[in-house]
Amino acid sequence: MPQETAHKNKSIFTPFNVITGIIILGGLIITVLRFTGGLGAVTNLDDNNPWGVWIGFDLLVGVALAAGGYVTSAACYIFGLKRYHSAVRPAILTAFLGYALVVMALHYDVGRPWRLPYPIFLSPGTTSLLYEVALCVFLYLTVLFIEYSPAALEWLGVKRVRNLVVRLTLVLTIFGVILSTLHQSSLGALFMIAPSKLHPLWYSSYLPVFFFVSSIFAGLSMVILEGALAHRFLHDKMDETHLKESKAVALGFGKAASFVMMGYVAIKLIGIAIDNNWHYLATGWGLWFLLELLGFVALPAFIYAVAAREQNLRLVRWSSIIAVLGVVLNRLNISLIAFNWHLPSADRYFPSWMEVAISVFVVTVGIVAYRFICTRMPILYEHPDYQQH
Amino acid sequence: MGISRRQFLGWMSAAGVSVTAGSRAQAASNKTFSGYPGAFGILHDTTRCIGCRKCEEACNRVNGLPVPEQPFDDLTVLSALRRTRTDTFTVVNQFTTSGSERPTYAKTQCNHCLEPACASACFVRALRKVQTGAVIYDASLCVGCRYCMIACPFNIPTYEYNEPLTPRVVKCTMCHPLIEKGELPGCVADCPKEALSFGPRDLMIKLARQRIAKYSDTYIDHIYGEHEMGGTSWLYISGTPFSEIGMREDLGNQTASSFTAGPLAAVPVVVALWPVLLTGIYAISKRKDKIAAEERIDAVARTLADANEEMKTKLAEMKDAMKKEKEAAINLEVKKALEEAAKQAAESQQDDQGIRPDASEEEN
Repeated sequence: MPQETAHKNKSIFTPFNVITGIIILGGLIITVLRFTGGLGAVTNLDDNNPWGVWIGFDLLVGVALAAGGYVTSAACYIFGLKRYHSAVRPAILTAFLGYALVVMALHYDVGRPWRLPYPIFLSPGTTSLLYEVALCVFLYLTVLFIEYSPAALEWLGVKRVRNLVVRLTLVLTIFGVILSTLHQSSLGALFMIAPSKLHPLWYSSYLPVFFFVSSIFAGLSMVILEGALAHRFLHDKMDETHLKESKAVALGFGKAASFVMMGYVAIKLIGIAIDNNWHYLATGWGLWFLLELLGFVALPAFIYAVAAREQNLRLVRWSSIIAVLGVVLNRLNISLIAFNWHLPSADRYFPSWMEVAISVFVVTVGIVAYRFICTRMPILYEHPDYQQH
Repeated sequence: MGISRRQFLGWMSAAGVSVTAGSRAQAASNKTFSGYPGAFGILHDTTRCIGCRKCEEACNRVNGLPVPEQPFDDLTVLSALRRTRTDTFTVVNQFTTSGSERPTYAKTQCNHCLEPACASACFVRALRKVQTGAVIYDASLCVGCRYCMIACPFNIPTYEYNEPLTPRVVKCTMCHPLIEKGELPGCVADCPKEALSFGPRDLMIKLARQRIAKYSDTYIDHIYGEHEMGGTSWLYISGTPFSEIGMREDLGNQTASSFTAGPLAAVPVVVALWPVLLTGIYAISKRKDKIAAEERIDAVARTLADANEEMKTKLAEMKDAMKKEKEAAINLEVKKALEEAAKQAAESQQDDQGIRPDASEEEN
C-alpha cells in the first residue's frame, strides 16, 4: 500500500505517461496532416500500391490478433472448458479494443471515412469480399461491445441490465464464432481476386482457410502473451481465482495452439502440393516462405508442445511471442511483401515514417485504453457482488 | 458519299444507347457473362501505331484534364515507361522488341472488362459495367477503399491521393458520355493512323481476325482481350509477342469474379452450419458435465452405501468378537471363582482333617 500512495504523490509524468503522451501527440499532429493534405501527404502509397501498413498491419494483423475474444469465449462457454473462465474477460476486452481500433485506423486509410456505413446501409456490393468483411466487422464489433458491457455495467452498478446481458452470453458467443469465421477467412479471400499480383507461394484457393486457422492460434498466443504482460504490469488488479487459473490457461492454450499450428503447417503444405508450387521453394521467395512457415509457425508449435509437456510457463510465454510475430509476418507477406512481387523494385512500396507512426499511435491508444479499463473495471478480478454467474 | 464514318458510328451507338438506360449491371455476379449484346469495343492495332500521342491529347481535352507540363507533341516522354495517372487516363508506351529495329507502340487505358474485377471488388457498387460496354464509376458512392486497384489485373485505376476529403478513383470511361451522345471516344476520333477502331465488340473481333488472316506474317495469331480475364472491351492485335509490349500473358481467361466465387459460396454454409454445430457442441459439453455431476453424486452415494455396509459387517464382527470375549471372560471368571471356592473348601477341610491334596483335585 505505501507503494500506491507514493505512486499517487508522484507527478503525472511517469515514464509510461510521458512516452504514451508523446506518441499520442505525434499521432494527433499526423492526423491533422492526413485530413488536410490527403493520403499523399503522409503515406508512400501510390497507384501501384494502394494498400500499405494501415491495411496490412492495422486491419489484417489487428483483426488476427484480436481473435482471442472468440477463441477464449468459445472454449469456455461452448466447449465447456470452465477452468479458462478467468481468461474470458481480458480476452473479450482485448478483442473489443482491437476491433474498435481497426475501425479507427480505417478512418485514416479510406478516402471518405464518413461513408464507411455506405456498404452496409446504402449500396451493398454483395459480390465483394470486402463487403463481407465490412458487414461482419460491423456486426462483430457490436457483439463484442455487448459481450464486454457487463464489466462496465458492474463498474457502474447497473445491476438489472448487467444480468440481462449476462443471460445472452451463449447466443453472443455463437454469434461471435460465426462472424469471426466469416471475416477472418474473408480477409484472406480478399486477395484471391488478384492471382496475378500475389506470389504463388502465398496465393492459394485455401487462403480463407489459412486465415481462419491462423487466427485461432493467433488468438490463443495473444491471450498467453497478454496474460504474461498483465502479470508483469497489472498484477495487483488480479484476484485469487485469476492468479490460480492463469498458469493452467497459459499451458492449456499453448498446448491447443501447438495442435492447431501443426495442422496449419500441414494444410499449408497441402496448399503447395495442390498448386504444385514446390519449385518455388528453391528461390529466394521460397526461403522467405520457409522462414515464415518453419521459423515462425513450426518452431513455436514445437516449443509450445515441449513447454506444455514440461509445464514450463516461461517457455510457453516465449513461444507465444514467436507465434504472434509469425502471424504478423504472414499478414504482411500477403498484403505487402509478396504482393506486387513482380513489379520492379523501384515501383515497390515501403511505408513512410508517418504511416508507421500512425500504426504505433493506434496500438498505443489501445494499450492506454486497456490499462484504463483494467485499473477500474472488473476485468482481471471478479466483482464481489457478481461472483460465479 | 451519303454518310460519313463518324455519322454511321454515331447511329450505331445511338442504337446502343437505347438499351443503356437504367438496368443494373450484372457484371459482378458469379454467372458467366459474355458481354451485353451489341456492346461496343475498341480494337487497337499496335502495328499501325506511330506513337504520336494524339490519342493522349484528345483524351486530355475530352475529359477536361489539366494541361501537362510537357506538351503532347514532345515525344521524349516516350523514352520512359509510363502508367495511367489521375491526370492521364491513357498513355502510349514505346517498346524496342527483339524482332525489329523499328520500335513498337502500345496504348494503355482501362480495358473495360466484360466482367470487371473492379466492379466485382467494389463493396458499394460504385463501379459497374453498362450496356455500351463501358465500366463507369460513381464518385457519389465511393468510400475510397482502393480495393478496385488491388483487384484490377491491368493496374489501371488511379486514386487522388492528394485530395484530403473528396478523393476519387479515376480511370478511362471509354468516353461513355460521348458514346451515349452518338459520338466516338476521344482517342479513337483523333487517331491519324486508324490504329484504333470503334464499333460493336463482335464486329471488332471479326475485323481483327480478318487482318490477322490477311497479313498472317505481320500479326501474331492472337487477339489480346478476346478471352483474357474473361474478355475485355478493348482488343489488341500485334506483330510482336504481347509480353514484349508490356502486356501480361499470364492472366488466364477466367473472370476475376470466378476467383472469389468459392469463398463467397462458403458464406451460407458457415451461416447455416455453425449455429447448429456450435449449439450441438454446447449441448454435448453441457450434457457431459451433467452426466459427470450425476455420476459423481452416484459414486459418492455408492461409496457411502458401501462404507455403511462394511461398517455394519465390521460392527457385527466386532460385536461377535466382543460377545465371545465376554463369554470367555465370564467363563474364566466362573472358573476362577469355582477354583477359588474349591480351594477354600479344601483349605477348610485341611484345617479340619489335615492335608489331603489328592482329594481336593478330584473334586474339580
